[in-house]
Amino acid sequence: MTTPLDLAGQVVDLVRRLAGPGAEAEVSAEDAEHALTRFANSYIHQNVAERGTTVRLRLHLDGRTASGSSTVVGADGLRNLVERTVAAARNSPPDPEWPGLTPPTTPDGAGIWDEATAAASAGERAERVREFVDAAGGLEVAGYCRTGWREAAFANTAGHAVTGRVTEAAMEGIARCDGADGAARCGSVRLADLSGVVLGARAAVKARAGVAPVELPPGRYEVVLEPTAVADLLQNLAMYGFNGKAYNERRSFAEPGTEQFDRAVTLVDDALSAPALPFDAEGTPRAPHALVEHGVTTAVAHDRRTAARAGTTSTGHAVPDRAAAGAIPLHLGLLPAESPNGTTRASEVSGPVVDSDAAALVAGVRRGLLVTDFWYTRVLDPRSLVVTGLTRNGVWLIENGEVTTAVRNLRFTQSYPRALAPGAVLGVGRHATLQSWTFSDAWWSAPALRLASWNFTGGASG
Amino acid sequence: MTEFDAATAAVQAALDAGARYADARVMHRRYESMTARNGEIESVSQDESAGLGVRALVGSGWGFYAVPDLGGAAARAAGERAARIAAASGRVAGPGSSLLPVPASTGSWHSPCRIDPLSVPLADKGDLLVRATALSREHGADQAEGIYQIWDTRKWFVSSEGHRIDQHIRECGAGISATVIGDGETQRRSYPRYRGQYGTRGWELVEELDLTAHAARIAEEARELVTAPLCPAGETTLILGSEQMALQIHESVGHAIELDRILGWEAALAGTSWLDLRQLGTLRYGSELMNITIDPTIPGALGSFGFDDEGTPAVKRDAVREGRWVGTLAGRDSAAVAGLDYAGSVRSDGWARLPMVRMTNVGLEPGPHTLEEIIAATDDGILMDVNRSWSIDDRRLNFQFGCEIAWEVKNGRRGRMLRNPTYTGIGPLFWRSMDMLSSEIVVWGTPNCGKGQPTQIGHTGHPAAPARFTGVRVGVRG
Repeated sequence: MTTPLDLAGQVVDLVRRLAGPGAEAEVSAEDAEHALTRFANSYIHQNVAERGTTVRLRLHLDGRTASGSSTVVGADGLRNLVERTVAAARNSPPDPEWPGLTPPTTPDGAGIWDEATAAASAGERAERVREFVDAAGGLEVAGYCRTGWREAAFANTAGHAVTGRVTEAAMEGIARCDGADGAARCGSVRLADLSGVVLGARAAVKARAGVAPVELPPGRYEVVLEPTAVADLLQNLAMYGFNGKAYNERRSFAEPGTEQFDRAVTLVDDALSAPALPFDAEGTPRAPHALVEHGVTTAVAHDRRTAARAGTTSTGHAVPDRAAAGAIPLHLGLLPAESPNGTTRASEVSGPVVDSDAAALVAGVRRGLLVTDFWYTRVLDPRSLVVTGLTRNGVWLIENGEVTTAVRNLRFTQSYPRALAPGAVLGVGRHATLQSWTFSDAWWSAPALRLASWNFTGGASG
Repeated sequence: MTEFDAATAAVQAALDAGARYADARVMHRRYESMTARNGEIESVSQDESAGLGVRALVGSGWGFYAVPDLGGAAARAAGERAARIAAASGRVAGPGSSLLPVPASTGSWHSPCRIDPLSVPLADKGDLLVRATALSREHGADQAEGIYQIWDTRKWFVSSEGHRIDQHIRECGAGISATVIGDGETQRRSYPRYRGQYGTRGWELVEELDLTAHAARIAEEARELVTAPLCPAGETTLILGSEQMALQIHESVGHAIELDRILGWEAALAGTSWLDLRQLGTLRYGSELMNITIDPTIPGALGSFGFDDEGTPAVKRDAVREGRWVGTLAGRDSAAVAGLDYAGSVRSDGWARLPMVRMTNVGLEPGPHTLEEIIAATDDGILMDVNRSWSIDDRRLNFQFGCEIAWEVKNGRRGRMLRNPTYTGIGPLFWRSMDMLSSEIVVWGTPNCGKGQPTQIGHTGHPAAPARFTGVRVGVRG
């Protein structure tokens, strides 16, 4: 059986033969299987799986650079990939900012692998869906359960070669009750960590508590954001704020060395704690990377190209096929407040609040809103990171430390850094939950968060 | 073994494993893209992807499996695996699934292409982006960006009902943008839209765009925007240019009329729709000027094809006629559930993805006016164009969109430039306020429409023209 490392090595050899010893090449090969069982209207309506191998090549030849990839990985396919990438490089304009190759380096570990998750069947995923449906107690539900594994290798002509493998599993769903939706989600490297019973029950409680919402006038409200909503903050901060390319181009708000956030905010990108490979698309080993420490911006994320331009070194954040998007910390986490008893998970509570962590934050609010999810958030201006979006899957009014009534969804227009600015963070949960990003392989680690002010600019009716 | 042979083997294996229906698609796609920044090439990439995806219906459960191997054994194994996955779906079974009966189509189709975009020398394509971005930079852009993308896709489709179709679709397009960094914010101008205009055409589309002719203008406009007054906040008469109208149609009509959303199949992620099938044919969606068609037959438009990915031939139909909602984007399974007698809007973004309901070309028929007539007829309003941000709720009702540029309109004339223009509203109320519509249709191509799990990126087309709306809230900001 041909391994990803075999494939990567074959391509490096082909480059040497076809492009000569002066060519610099980096090759990644990944064999993967992903499966996703999707349900809606309380039954499985889509059930998919795919198996495939992808080889990516980036080549620097005579001062010019080109990239290519292929899923056709037989001998002819690999030769074709190398030949067309060589031809593309020779026909490309000069690349004076080529940052060179990653030197031989040893990554910290090989990724987190769970054999049972790698071998998970459609039947096992369907079983968790069955649990979710049953736990919702007759409410209509929708969502998915997915499992997958990746085995990958990276090799370059500088003699650097690394391998890694990882499994992942995630489940999320909504329950629906008289026009109100409640959501629950969970991600892990192990399918065994996912319970359809817990998630279905939680979604159902939220949905039932969301019935007959009142409409509140737009304005600034104190908020408790559940981890699911905090994940959206992390996603946008990662994409636009701590992206080394955006920083180099002065499109980011980030100013290393400056106290831009509340002292309660510490942000660390840590791929090694997530279902992620231990090296990035350029073969740079990944390691925990602090971006904000106690409110002070300390760094941004770099790949080799953005690092060279900034006069520093790569932090291991090269993203496959996304050179134009920049270097993005795709495993960003907001560090939770210290847990006095060292527990690793918040406990379940009754009512619409997700867990004991969020409940503790709610208890301190005189008047504010509890928000489950943010939805369809889009950046109005990347530099100030003003974002518009909507609440989703449950909003409630908090009065004197108690959740009192469901609220209709609201639209907001809010600068994310300003919401986290010094003095603006009134509390951080003691436990973080791992969540996968809907549209990519990113994972966010987020606790609940209490913020002094959030700018809601419209109600459900406009 | 030919591609048809592989697809046929997969279908037969699924049937042998217990499926009562199966179809398979072999796809081979070559993709090329280049980006440039400030007069230098930033990235060049050429990708190739090939494989087979097979869909099986066992009882009332669906299963899909995809493999990159087109050999006979692999194809048969994929068919068997799809049937096994479909059987597992039966553990949480819904109502019996069926497919809208359609005649089994056979045929070939290819998109129009005068200049094969993959045959144009890379150096020529690179020179174009370098020249355009350098020019923008010289005229004041802090960041001048350019991009082109090319997709060359061949598909072979076979079903257990006798479909046998092959298609060759070539798509390409390009665009440039200029960003100026201001004091605490950025301003961007793009031509013809951010990340480009696309179609099912050859490189002639890119040549017609004439990027370099617009490079200086967008840089100068971006710089002017930095010091322009803010778009005022309040309620006013809003005129939208055709590019922003394409976005308005895509988000507040195109997604809303997707039948899978209406049926709740996308409830957990993309969301549902405010539309209720019981109101199909009677609901007033917009003013009588609003005529929206679903038309995959428009030559060269990005959402055009000969057959959708279930083998249904491309047909034009109405979605909104004189303001009344009359049609949906449907597939054979969703149409059967909804009791509709048409399908034809199902596509997948590659061999490894399940075909699902997607927009084709969803857009406006022309109105009776011109943009200049609309401006001349407006005493007090704002003209906005070229999308910068878009956000809409999960029922496709409450939207807030931002544009790159706006101008005051006073006493029938275009006045000073305004920065950070945004507007917000509720879809049907907004469309019902449309009181003037231009005849100047442009068919915009959107190559980045995300939907589904796992995510699929759809290519959609949108005929759009400038239009006027009354009583719109503008100038929302944080």
